Amino acid sequence: MSEHKTMTLTLIVWRQKNANDPGKFETYTAKEITEHHSFLEMLDVVNEDLINTGKEPIVFDHDCREGICGMCSQVINGAPHGGQDRTTVCQLHMRKFKDGDTIYIEPWRARAFPIVKDLIVDRSALDTIIQAGGYTSCHTGGVPDGNTIMIPKPIAEEATDAAECIGCGACVAGCPNGAAMLFTGAKVSQLALLPQGRPEAAARVKNMTEAMKECGFGNCTNHYECQVACPKGVNVKFIARMNREFIKAQFA
Amino acid sequence: MQLLTSSIGRKIVMAITGQAMVLFAVVHLLGNSSIFGWLNGGINAYAEHLHSLPLPIIIAFRLVMLALVCIHIWFGIQLTIENRGGRPRQYAVKSVQKATFASENMIWTGCLLGLFLVYHLLHFTFQVTNPETAALQHLVPLHDQMVPNVLGMVVAGFSNFFVAFIYAVSLVVLFLHLSHGIQSFFQTLGWSCDKSQPIIVKLGTLVALVMFLGYVTIPLTIFAGILKG
Repeated sequence: MSEHKTMTLTLIVWRQKNANDPGKFETYTAKEITEHHSFLEMLDVVNEDLINTGKEPIVFDHDCREGICGMCSQVINGAPHGGQDRTTVCQLHMRKFKDGDTIYIEPWRARAFPIVKDLIVDRSALDTIIQAGGYTSCHTGGVPDGNTIMIPKPIAEEATDAAECIGCGACVAGCPNGAAMLFTGAKVSQLALLPQGRPEAAARVKNMTEAMKECGFGNCTNHYECQVACPKGVNVKFIARMNREFIKAQFA
Repeated sequence: MQLLTSSIGRKIVMAITGQAMVLFAVVHLLGNSSIFGWLNGGINAYAEHLHSLPLPIIIAFRLVMLALVCIHIWFGIQLTIENRGGRPRQYAVKSVQKATFASENMIWTGCLLGLFLVYHLLHFTFQVTNPETAALQHLVPLHDQMVPNVLGMVVAGFSNFFVAFIYAVSLVVLFLHLSHGIQSFFQTLGWSCDKSQPIIVKLGTLVALVMFLGYVTIPLTIFAGILKG
């Protein structure tokens, strides 16, 4: 087995027993970390140490660990997902850090995302927004031929760009106002761009933005921090598109 | 009505009232620049031209401006209070990539501009802060009539260091407010896409800068003694 240079890091991690606990930072030392560890694997190593010494491991959300599921959700040194361009925490690697670094690890912080435990937050408010979007009408009966509805390629691509959103909530975590405008903008746009989404477009944008407000998300003040935080590079043009859809919906 | 209660609706109200005030500020600057003499009779002739408009039009215009200011302030405060609660606890490390000093402090630059506006109106419109130089009390001949000496009032005002200083600082605050506000208008109304958005941000800042330079030239040239009464 080849020898890897290992590093030792100081972690300052947010620990909170439950939603009612005030929570506090705890300091841990991560030892024997190689540059090939992903950030979550580094936490796995720390947690193994904690378990072996009879301590409560650090609780964090994760699932696919390949950057597509949107489960991992940590703010690292103030940046959602660690601040590397278009990267989720699970795809962030320890080669981005150096021996002796001090790393602050916090959960998403937003009024609409109550903390469940440690680094896990409840993101069901995003589901509430999706549910408020409702259905899309479709024909019943025989299966239609594929591609019977013509969609120009640039439109199809733009809709797909919006659909890249994995619903992780980094945009909310990055927004100083805790607003969900980039998430909602992406979801509204992905359907509004396509002919299948047009019949209910007006009701959808009204209902989704209303749900967004009722869930306790803040309002957009055009800082554009959400776009930087987004691991999928969803552009704030989709917020502008949602604003357009909202204005159109007032006259529909 | 969704326009006055919803998240985006209230932003649209902020954007439109704000942009209407920007348009006013642009026209105000063009009018004020008559102090440099491009209009026959200078700023006194310009002021007289405005004052000779029918009274109902002047009153209606001022009421509309007052309404714009009040609505903009009302929703600005309401939205800011909501937004400050959007993230109940700040991160231990502050990492900001795209937000600017201007975008983060809109409420404070806005409050300062509100205070400045009150002073500015008392100073030059209602002319109560310096009654000894009030234009309405000092008529001067222009063409074949007697008109208020606005030029004398402005020159007397800006010859005072503190007055010129307050105006200059307020104009810096105006620049900050508009550098974020102008581009925000286009984003909020959805008049931008990925290609145009970065350009709109730059153009908005440029317009704010040109307005700052245009306005600040008046107190600076007077205080420096270049522009005389």
